[in-house]
Amino acid sequence: MLSTAIIVFREILEAALIVGVVLAASRGVPRRGAAVVAGMAGGLVGAVLVALFAGEIADALAGAGQEVFNAAVLLVAVAMLGWHNVWMKTHGREIARHMSAVGDAVRGGSQPVRALAVVVGAAILREGSETVLFLYGIAAGAGGSAWEMIAGGVLGIVGGVALGVALYRGLLRIPPRHLFAVTSALILLMAAGMASQAAAFLVAADLLPALVPQLWDSSALLDPGSLLGRTLHTLIGYDARPAGVQLVVFVATLAVIGVSMRAAGGRPARVQAAR
Amino acid sequence: MRIISLAFAAILAVLAATPAQATDPSFTIIIRDHRFEPARIEVPAGQKLLLVVRNMDASSEEFESKDLKREKVIAGGKEATIIVGPLAAGTYRFVGEYHEDTAKGELVAK
Repeated sequence: MLSTAIIVFREILEAALIVGVVLAASRGVPRRGAAVVAGMAGGLVGAVLVALFAGEIADALAGAGQEVFNAAVLLVAVAMLGWHNVWMKTHGREIARHMSAVGDAVRGGSQPVRALAVVVGAAILREGSETVLFLYGIAAGAGGSAWEMIAGGVLGIVGGVALGVALYRGLLRIPPRHLFAVTSALILLMAAGMASQAAAFLVAADLLPALVPQLWDSSALLDPGSLLGRTLHTLIGYDARPAGVQLVVFVATLAVIGVSMRAAGGRPARVQAAR
Repeated sequence: MRIISLAFAAILAVLAATPAQATDPSFTIIIRDHRFEPARIEVPAGQKLLLVVRNMDASSEEFESKDLKREKVIAGGKEATIIVGPLAAGTYRFVGEYHEDTAKGELVAK
């Protein structure tokens, strides 16, 4: 039971942390609750579908289907996180000022809220499908230990969600004035980390050159399998043995989103000056 | 959004097509009763390899190797091809993440 709980916890952790950051980052955005729930539901349905068709996905694209699929899901999330950050740069200040903004803000808010729903859905889709496959495997293989499987699974999910909630609560302690600056930075790093992870999958699929097979090995310093290692992997893209192309993609993603945010940041000031 | 699409396009453009050749040497590893057979496999160093992992168990397994930087879920009764290398000479460990206490193996590149 405990081993089941630990494996489920590992798979859930990443999705839970992502949802925690996304929820903190979208504080005050109208209708974000419904969007996040919709994203979760979509992600869960998607996870079951992906698990059902795991064999077909793996066989697609000359055996590289699983890697390409994972990379694609990650890159969609990267694009949505980037878009969210740019949008928040233009509208975040107004939202922070009027937490109960209506009218225009609601209309404007529906767009990035959908982007966040996609990020949440993508995270659950990726991690959830592996959890479903794993639990299904136990159910099909072991036989008779259904109770242990359910108990272990629930324990793992509760543990993962608890960490996500803890992160969310922790972020909310930051004063609202600084909250968006912190969550924007977190989302920026998270997006760059996901892009680098996508690059690693494309290297594994033999579609992207590694450039340098291994830039460094910090696994003795910070074990990527440990709780801290996994958490930092999700939040800032920590990789104990990155390929060269991963660093290139990481830096390029930081630059592209960072520059777009800077460009967008000038707009609200001008609007105010016009008033 | 335009900048993000551009980034997407750039990433896709970088996708240099270097597909694995059918002539690349291929090695088969079988998963049975949550163990790898063979648990130790010798492969040539310095060239691209295909690892065909066949899961004979009913349960799914995740082939994971931090040394090789590969992880891949293989559903019960299915097989998956994992492209690795060119490898430097050395020993590369791998595990079945869902049954880590029994599913252990190593790839020795010479």
